[in-house]
Formats: sequence, C-alpha cells, structure tokens
Amino acid sequence: MWIYEKKLQYPVRITSPDPRMARLLFAQYAGPDSELSAGLRYLTQRYSMPEARCRATLNDIGTEELAHWEMLGTMIHQCMRGASISEIKAAGLDNYFTMHDSGVYLSNPSGVPFTAAYVQCTGDPIADLHEDLAAEQKARTTYEHLIQLTDNPEVIDPLRFLRQREVVHFQRFGECLMIIQELMGKAKCAPEARCANP
Amino acid sequence: MDAKQHALLMKISECEFVCVELNLYIDTHPGDKAARADYLCYSQKLADLIGKYEALYGPLLGFGHSPTDMGCWVCSAWPWQ
Ligand SMILES: [Fe+2]
Repeated sequence: MWIYEKKLQYPVRITSPDPRMARLLFAQYAGPDSELSAGLRYLTQRYSMPEARCRATLNDIGTEELAHWEMLGTMIHQCMRGASISEIKAAGLDNYFTMHDSGVYLSNPSGVPFTAAYVQCTGDPIADLHEDLAAEQKARTTYEHLIQLTDNPEVIDPLRFLRQREVVHFQRFGECLMIIQELMGKAKCAPEARCANP
Repeated sequence: MDAKQHALLMKISECEFVCVELNLYIDTHPGDKAARADYLCYSQKLADLIGKYEALYGPLLGFGHSPTDMGCWVCSAWPWQ
C-alpha cells in the first residue's frame, strides 16, 4: 500500500505568477510523456515483470514518479496563483480557465485530457522496458525544452532536478534490460525465463 | 511467507487500518481530542509492530523510511505475488 509523506521530494517555491509556464508545464503533468504517465506505466508493468531486481525497479521508480507528478502539480498551481484575467488570456489559458479556473486538471498544454492510451503494458518484459527507456528519454528532452522556454529561475531549478532524475531512471532501466536479456539468453525458451531471484 | 510472519503482518494491517480510519475522521474533526488520543495510541502501537516485523523480515517501507538492511527489499515477496 502507499503512505503519503507531507512534503515534496524537491522544493518548489514559485513566488510570482507565471501562467505561460503553467500552461507549458501541463506537458509533464498529464501529457503522454508526463510524470503521471510514467508512474502509471511502471506501476502497471510491475505485475508481469519476471525478475526480482526489475520488479523492484519498476515499483520504486513508479513510486518516485508520483512524487514528481506532485511537484509538477505544485509548480502549475504556484504559476497560476494570483494571475490576473489579462495575464491568463495572454498566456493562452483562457480556454483552460473557462472550464477549470485555477484547478489543476489532467490535460496537456493544448487542453487534451489525459488518457490511458499514453501507456502500454504488453506483458513482455523486453518490450515494456524498451517503452520505459524511451519514456525516460522523451521526458528528459521535454524538460530541456521547458528549460529553454523560460528564464524564471524559480521554475528552472525544480525542472533541472526533474530532468536529472530522468537520466538516472534511464540508467536503471538500461540495467534492467541487460538483466532480462541475460536471463532470457540463458533460458532455452524465452518465456520460461520467468525466473526468481538474482 | 510462514504463519508467524503472516500473523504479524495481519496485526500491522489491523492497527494501520484503525489509524487510516481515525486519520480520515480527524480530517473532518480536527478538534476531536479523544480521536486524536486514540490515533496517537494506535500509531505508537503500529510503530512497535512495524519495528518488530522489520527486525525479523526486513523493510516494509522504501526510500530510507525503514532503518533496516535493504538486501531483502528486492527478493522478498511483493504483495501481489
Ligand atoms: Fe522518470
């Protein structure tokens, strides 16, 4: 089960409205390569992951992604906090405001709502891990795009932390892929490689 | 998981469930002193049970929240197994 810890993994303190960045941050809050997609993807895939180390990795990175998702929600909330109607309009958030006001809804920057179609769970550990590796790279590059799009240091600081975490997750998933490939190479018939412990 | 481990885990689950229920109740009744005292009592009981469990079977929590050797985090059974 999960237990909530009443703190962010890394501090977010955005002290003045930045609705333009709020809008762009929705990409990582509830877009296809968002932290939410990542968390749900890994936590869904862990059931069919046949190896102990890889199972633990999916469980624990999936859990960390939810902490990142909370950071994104906090960033969006703080970027919208105190924004005037004219600032909201100028940021292109008027469509959003019509339906959600200052609520932090699950959509991408264009207003497309979150969907489970963003994630896959094939039950095939090699296929799933390749998806995970790709997801981490897509998230990393999205963070780099976001960093390029602002000079607000209070936004850039947590974005840099989050970008760095994608790099570490990619590294861990790469190790998982090697573990699984080695395991399957040993087994005569690949699906029988549903082995137990390291 | 042997019977002894299972029994201790069930005790933890019971105690934790009392805490979940009290937590939700206190969310809407933060001024209820009796509920808060019950919560404190059960959370101490829960911490004792968790300490006992982890000393025998390894960590229940990740990310540094169980001051226990992490070796069995990877190889001990996951709840869906
Ligand atoms: Fe990640």
